[in-house]
Amino acid sequence: MAKVEIESLSKRYGENFVVKDLSIDIPQGEFLVLLGPSGCGKTTTLRMIAGFVEPSAGRILLAGRDVTTLPPWKRNTGLVFQSYALFPHLSVEENVAFGLEMRKVSPAERRAAVSEALRLVRLEGFGARLPRQLSGGQQQRVALARALAFRPDVLLLDEPLSNLDAKLREEVRVEIRELQQKLGLTTVMVTHDQDEALSMADRLVVMAQGEARQIGTQHDLYERPADRFVAGFVGRSNFLDGGAAPDGLFLSTGGLRIACASRARGKGTLALRPEAVSVGPEAACLDNSFEGVVEYISYLGSVLDVRVRLSPQDRIIVQIANRSGEVLPKMGDTLKIGWPATAGRVFPEEGVSR
Amino acid sequence: MLQRSWRRLALDAAALASLAFILVPLVFVSWLAFFKQEIPSFPPEGYTLHWFSSMLTQKAIIDGFVMSAEVGVVATLVGLALGVPAALGLVRYMSWWGGAASTLLLMPLVVPAIVLGTAIYVAEVEAEILVYGFGIETPVIGTIGGLIAAHALIVLPWVVRLVTASLVGFDRSIEEAAQNLGATPMVTLRRITLPVIRPGVVAAALFAFVISFSNLELSLFLVGAGRTTLPIAILQYLEWKIDPTIAAASVVQIAIIAAAMLITDRFVKLTQVV
Ligand SMILES: Nc1ncnc2c1ncn2[C@@H]1O[C@H](COP(=O)(O)OP(=O)(O)O)[C@@H](O)[C@H]1O
Ligand SMILES: [Mg+2]
Repeated sequence: MAKVEIESLSKRYGENFVVKDLSIDIPQGEFLVLLGPSGCGKTTTLRMIAGFVEPSAGRILLAGRDVTTLPPWKRNTGLVFQSYALFPHLSVEENVAFGLEMRKVSPAERRAAVSEALRLVRLEGFGARLPRQLSGGQQQRVALARALAFRPDVLLLDEPLSNLDAKLREEVRVEIRELQQKLGLTTVMVTHDQDEALSMADRLVVMAQGEARQIGTQHDLYERPADRFVAGFVGRSNFLDGGAAPDGLFLSTGGLRIACASRARGKGTLALRPEAVSVGPEAACLDNSFEGVVEYISYLGSVLDVRVRLSPQDRIIVQIANRSGEVLPKMGDTLKIGWPATAGRVFPEEGVSR
Repeated sequence: MLQRSWRRLALDAAALASLAFILVPLVFVSWLAFFKQEIPSFPPEGYTLHWFSSMLTQKAIIDGFVMSAEVGVVATLVGLALGVPAALGLVRYMSWWGGAASTLLLMPLVVPAIVLGTAIYVAEVEAEILVYGFGIETPVIGTIGGLIAAHALIVLPWVVRLVTASLVGFDRSIEEAAQNLGATPMVTLRRITLPVIRPGVVAAALFAFVISFSNLELSLFLVGAGRTTLPIAILQYLEWKIDPTIAAASVVQIAIIAAAMLITDRFVKLTQVV
């Protein structure tokens, strides 16, 4: 296992940038997740690291070695395909042994490494089966064992959980993460699922339209989103359109005057996490305090999502804990809500400046 | 409703009639091979296996059989050596003119075999003249090499078709997986691609052999004196004698071809490619 360095990596098809000027240093043993909506260039990035897509510009270094121009079979990366891509005519054991065989590892060592890899993914005793005789979850673990067995410099996972059912997905998440930590594997995973990304990563890259919008830990992304896109994509945010006035005020298009700690100027958007908003009498003594009408309630069990209309143009979703004995709001009720000035973040209009 | 069932009945009847039309000669030839009397006539005077042993004493038929088998095997191997790479290339790398190229590869199927035979004959004559011009005196016409080349030509379209069919739905990510694990493209072809499409290749080989083994029209132009294939040996025998020996030879030929077709069908459903 080793560190991975990506320097100003770009991929262009014609005039269209699919990946644009991406730079990340991934230290040895880190679990990095590329998170972004589908079509934002995650798979392309991963395939450039594996060597299946030739970069238009930039460099890739594995363990300090420049591999940018090397073909896939000379790179020593372990890729787990979204479709698993197991060899249908080879047994589980032969699948897992393939990478070792290509590296001319002696049969005795190969056998030891294969059974070790199968033990790690809890598939001892399945070695003689063919891939089609396994369930989806088992096939996925074979693909993982196959990518691990030859000790690659970096493990690459492309939406590894997307073909599993919801319950299994949660289990496998934990398994992959534990395995990765135990072996100290430098890992790059691609996903569009933010829960998956947040629960597994050491660090995340939020991508949109081929660009890294923000690189950081879960805490960085959630507490200090770099732009409106990140604020909306990682966790949930309420967005109010309007403009920032110089004196720490934000004037919404609906006419609300909102105190905020931001120094941004001009047209923009105020982002507010639902859980930062207080409801009821205690809202009155906060920096911002408004009254609104309950428009819509979704009952989620432990919490309720309540949409409150503050003005004809301004609506905010707040979360209310579903505690026994408390009176819950109803549609059409008037509700007092409020939040501190520090809770709102103002982002200038996209494309103006970031 | 009534009309529907009438139509259905008519269709079934037509299908049955066609099937009978195809099968009746086969049934009669097979039946004839066991008749006791020398001049075929009905009703049979009794049954015997004599004609099968008589067939074994006919040198021309035995030689023809060996020749057909040899030509069939070598033409099949040549057809595979050219057709498998052609199919892989057509399916994978020739996005827009691949369609035109595969149509072109099917040309030998639409040209009547007798016309194709003439054309190849002329081409081989020209080839002989051409190499003679370079001071090399080597026969082409009537050689086994010339015959094999012609047979390879007619089996090639079938090889391409069958292998192409087996490549439809082939998941190319397994080839990428192999390369990710350290396999070069050649190793990937040998260890992954070919083994996975093997049923299609086996089917193509068997079918190619059948096409070559049963070909008469093309061989007629190209065989050398005294060296004929089985279909021609049968034809020549018939020119001076009609007895059930020929029916016995035909039964053997039919059995071989039927066996090859049945085995082929186990690998690739022939109805999907032919
Ligand atoms: N070979 C290609 N030619 C042109 N465009 C491509 C090619 N491969 C991918 N793209 C485009 O690149 C974009 C990013 O693709 P991809 O990396 O697969 O996204 P993601 O994995 O994030 O969903 C998509 O809009 C896709 O259409
Ligand atoms: Mg993708």
